[in-house]
Amino acid sequence: MSSTVISHGAAHHDAHDHHQETFLTKYVFSQDHKMIAKQFLITGIVMAVFAMVLSILFRIQLAWPDTDFPILEVFLGKWAEGGRIKPDFFLALVTIHGTMMVFFVLTAGLSGTFSNLLIPYQLGARDMASPFMNMLSYWFFLTACVIMVSSFFVESGPASAGWTIYPPLSSVPTSIAGSGLGMTLWLISMGLFIISQVLGGVNYISTILNMRTKGMDLWKMPLTIWSFFLTAIVGLLSFPVLVSAVVLLFFDRSVGTSFYLSDLVVQGQILPNEGGSPILFQHLFWFLGHPEVYIVVMPAMGLTSEIISTNSRKPIFGYHAMVYSLVGITVLSFIVWGHHMFVTGMNPFLGGVFMITTLIIAVPSAVKAFNYTATLWRGNIRFTPAMMFAIGMVSFFVSGGVTGLYVGNAALDINLHDTYFVVAHFHLVMGSASIFGMLAGVYHWYPKMFGRMMDTKLGYLHFWITFVCAYLVFFPMHFMGIDGVPRRYYTFTAFPFMDKWFSVNLLITWAAIIAALAQVAFLWNFFASIWRGRKATQNPWAANTLEWTTPVEHIHGNWPGEIPTVYRWPYDYSKPGHHTDFIPQHVPFSETMSSNLPHDFEGNEEAIRIQNEWNKENKREVIEG
Amino acid sequence: MERTEDYTMEEVLQSRKAKKFNLWLGMIGMFMMFAALSSGFIVYTASGVDKGIKTILPNTFIYSTIVIVVSSLILHLGYRATKLEQLGKQKLFLLLTIVLGVVFFVLQLDAWSVLTERGVYFVNNNASQSFIYVFTGMHLAHIIAGLIVLVRCLWGALKPIPFPDNLFRMNLAAIFWHFLDLLWIYIYVFLLLNQ
Repeated sequence: MSSTVISHGAAHHDAHDHHQETFLTKYVFSQDHKMIAKQFLITGIVMAVFAMVLSILFRIQLAWPDTDFPILEVFLGKWAEGGRIKPDFFLALVTIHGTMMVFFVLTAGLSGTFSNLLIPYQLGARDMASPFMNMLSYWFFLTACVIMVSSFFVESGPASAGWTIYPPLSSVPTSIAGSGLGMTLWLISMGLFIISQVLGGVNYISTILNMRTKGMDLWKMPLTIWSFFLTAIVGLLSFPVLVSAVVLLFFDRSVGTSFYLSDLVVQGQILPNEGGSPILFQHLFWFLGHPEVYIVVMPAMGLTSEIISTNSRKPIFGYHAMVYSLVGITVLSFIVWGHHMFVTGMNPFLGGVFMITTLIIAVPSAVKAFNYTATLWRGNIRFTPAMMFAIGMVSFFVSGGVTGLYVGNAALDINLHDTYFVVAHFHLVMGSASIFGMLAGVYHWYPKMFGRMMDTKLGYLHFWITFVCAYLVFFPMHFMGIDGVPRRYYTFTAFPFMDKWFSVNLLITWAAIIAALAQVAFLWNFFASIWRGRKATQNPWAANTLEWTTPVEHIHGNWPGEIPTVYRWPYDYSKPGHHTDFIPQHVPFSETMSSNLPHDFEGNEEAIRIQNEWNKENKREVIEG
Repeated sequence: MERTEDYTMEEVLQSRKAKKFNLWLGMIGMFMMFAALSSGFIVYTASGVDKGIKTILPNTFIYSTIVIVVSSLILHLGYRATKLEQLGKQKLFLLLTIVLGVVFFVLQLDAWSVLTERGVYFVNNNASQSFIYVFTGMHLAHIIAGLIVLVRCLWGALKPIPFPDNLFRMNLAAIFWHFLDLLWIYIYVFLLLNQ
């Protein structure tokens, strides 16, 4: 094989490339996975704050539709003339809030940060398969963010056809203000974002399959890695489909083709387009869109598994089941997209098929929820802020997941479609759950990223306010939805049947504002701790995975000298017979004779014989089961 | 190992294997995009009897197919020359492949002009016909990327960069170019079957 030809010169050439670091190559155009992870995280946090501010703006409109807030006009100008947000801008707010949260925060901010940070660290690799592609991935992402934000500075305003950008609203520039230049910018931004995700995802998969250290077979990988791996596969197969959808939409908008358009009269003008099908867009969009929700939640599940196990001081319950359930979710995620389209006039038989596949997803999801709970059961739990957020993640995943059974059912969904019930469902199951998973990850791996600890008390404050307020925001929305209150409506005072929900809206908005203020505690904690946090020790959580064997100070190539070899799975916590309650993955079985069990040796008869001899000599009785 | 940060040979080999794997994954992603367009085409075309390509594909596509297949064969020869460390031949074959790549590009544009002369426009209420432009146009976008990769290879061979790097670069470029060749054949057959 040609690629195996190599010379000493080439090896040194590759190695010495990175020795002369400048400010630019270290902090800006960095190719180091640890720095890129931090870049993704900080950009993700900035985007999250931006998207959160947008949500507060539209919540203010929903709570006080008839009140003027002159300060809004100061900041928003003609979009809030007289201190009241205009309907067009309201739609832009919900659209960009959704886009930013789903794509920039919970896809790039979550996968981008933790896949980059943990894949090389936990697998024992010097860096990603292609550090250059990794760098490109970040810069495409940042450019996408900048373009999306820049749409707030164009006269016609940002895109406002909803984060799902259904045509014809999105594809006829004259239909609403937001479908003008704002929509074009949205499409360009999303195109760049997809390139970023594919570049990143390809790298994650390749690194996981090719660059594991000695001994790290697939069944010794932490669940974090499994989740990043499957997430990247889902992304690789689904994001290119969105490219196709977006390209066709772009042509419809800017060139005049009729892929999605037909028989339209806009503002008294008959459009020339004929024969197009807006449903075609929905199929293409949701072929990405549904897997996307698993792209969002699976990394959070992986992080949660790791954090819950470490802080319960117990092996994860059902490691194999956890992996198979992720695989199940991955496969099923591609055959459920039709459940977003029950009301598009879909053939009821086809609807039935999508309904069944959708409901089957509840099985692997429930396996995960039960296994998290079983891991906690009788654990020696340490309630670190990361652990609180991880448990919070499970809570949201369960309470949001249960309503998935309702909306996954066509007979119910036809009634609940486009109501606040759906808003409540997905904000709990993928919004809050994955944000909590991400925050858990930030608190847990902060010492690895910055070499310092975050403040625990501020962490608890952040957790409790956010947790309680998130439920206060989203739980009441279920009842509004059951009552038929539609989502994306600008004002609740225009329809008498919604009057009774007015006070609930007030409660939700106040809860949202308080939750937003709680994030200040997080932001302060996050940024101040970079410089002022307590110095971290090498393995502050007494965890088993390989990242905690690297020095606190970041070095290029991660480990000085040889990369550790892996001998055991990552969940040997509280193993009976061992003197500490954790045994890191790189500790060989020969050093833990007092705690080894026959199944540790995976059928290696020689090892079992040696162990049995040792047991006899030391009068150790092994009872397995 | 002399210096602690140095990568061992094994690690460099591992990293190369991973980079090559990256390329394969990238190609899967690219294929998914065309698969999505294909399914979009099928769904759209099935939506009415007035839909469909409803024209005979220009003969130019036959010529462009021959050109890209030949370019692939020549690049393969170039790759073999690289393995045998015949730098001169490598450069010649690379140059030829690039020229054929450009010829392919021009022929595709020519096919577009044949179509428009027949009244088969991109902006069209029968979007099945618009799809022809989308398929070929998206493929051409990839051809541009392929040409950049080939030019980078040629640049490497002209310098020349160390043999292992040159060979590795050439290997990746050849895989990618063959993929673009096969992708075009897929698109062409798909369109022929639906014509």
